[in-house]
Amino acid sequence: MHGWVSLLWFVLALVAVTAAQAGDARYANLPGGPLVSALKYEDSGGRVRVAPFALMRLPVTNADFLAFVRKHPEWRRDRVASVFAEPRYLSHWAAAAQLGPQAHARQPVIWVSWFAASAYCRAQGARLPSWSQWEYAAAADEQRLDARSDRAWRERILAWYARPSTHALASVGAQPVNAHGVHDLHGLVWEWTDDYSALLVSADNRDQGDPNRLGFCGAGALSVNDRDHYAVLMRVAMLSSLAGADATANLGFRCAR
Amino acid sequence: MQARVVVLVGVVLASLLLAPAAAVQPATAPLPRDSVYQLQAQLTDQSGRRLTLASKRGSPQLVVMFYTSCKFICPTIIDTVLDVDRKLTPAEKPRLGVLLISLDAQRDDPAALKAVADKRGLDLSRWTLAQPQAAEVRAIAGVLGVRFRSLADGEFNHTGVLVLLDADGRIVARSEQTGGTVEARFMERVRVALARP
Repeated sequence: MHGWVSLLWFVLALVAVTAAQAGDARYANLPGGPLVSALKYEDSGGRVRVAPFALMRLPVTNADFLAFVRKHPEWRRDRVASVFAEPRYLSHWAAAAQLGPQAHARQPVIWVSWFAASAYCRAQGARLPSWSQWEYAAAADEQRLDARSDRAWRERILAWYARPSTHALASVGAQPVNAHGVHDLHGLVWEWTDDYSALLVSADNRDQGDPNRLGFCGAGALSVNDRDHYAVLMRVAMLSSLAGADATANLGFRCAR
Repeated sequence: MQARVVVLVGVVLASLLLAPAAAVQPATAPLPRDSVYQLQAQLTDQSGRRLTLASKRGSPQLVVMFYTSCKFICPTIIDTVLDVDRKLTPAEKPRLGVLLISLDAQRDDPAALKAVADKRGLDLSRWTLAQPQAAEVRAIAGVLGVRFRSLADGEFNHTGVLVLLDADGRIVARSEQTGGTVEARFMERVRVALARP
């Protein structure tokens, strides 16, 4: 008898968990698989295997993040510990818990630190995607899961980087969905990854061979597999230059699980 | 005469006992917003004791991230911290805590940490070797400004950094010179931190 009750609870719990995951329309399920990164990792040469995961279809918006700071006031810009967020954190909002004219509800949230973005995802029972997950998801165009060898597509992505950033940000989801069911991986904002600080890119090789100036313990900085994929390499260069408390005018995030 | 000596000895003893106590911040004072102790991180030390990162509040700390199976750079990082120790006066030495936090949360358990402490003859009355929670390693590295990447063979690439925290956990100096000899400028900052009441 007792065993049956336990089993029933187990099944109910399983159904609830499955329903919660399948029913959350905010996330797309990505199958994962082998990925040749644009980065040449010294251990794997850039060949990574991405496990199946779910990724938010849209970047986190100002409205999403406002709901979060209202529930978790320790992340308000007037209360956050400065070790977790620099002074410009959420500086485009009208007030600590109010969006205002510079921050529309449906625009992606920007001026967020890695610590704040991580805390947001943790509060959703999720986490920030790894760089490999982001790179895998962002390799797709509208039809193909990996469109990276298509010169025309690359040019289209690059055109965004050439646009002046003085324009107001578009709303999330305004661009076509990619083959995974995910929007805005290119062409809207840069995005934090959980392992941003794993991207060890050295500006030059000056430090190598000098035992007193070894910036990196081990084989050292990353090199590049695909020099032509500028759009992705620019993101790597940007992430590798950031500290966890940094925030910028075009850096947002989305969560994975 | 004898009574006076007793009183004098008593006063000296009392001031010796009270002086360190007064130097420790009362635990109720609010933590500065720029303190790395704002991060609520759980650690396990080389004896298997649980502690929080913030429990190091109260005296200046020299913090580094390393891992025990690291063959090349980490030994020289420890050499560099030992060099700091060697250069301290007998009066300065007891005031500096040393915290070595592992990047390898999976493998650096208390036994692995204790083996390194024994092999290097580290003074465990002042040194703590700590295993973090796997999910918290990157956040700890984040507040300390350490970058790292785990490699397929279980090794890590990481930046070698000595971080000096004041008694409240604020970063007051950093040094990336970890080749075995401490940078003179960094050593000076350690002295200044230890001289503060």
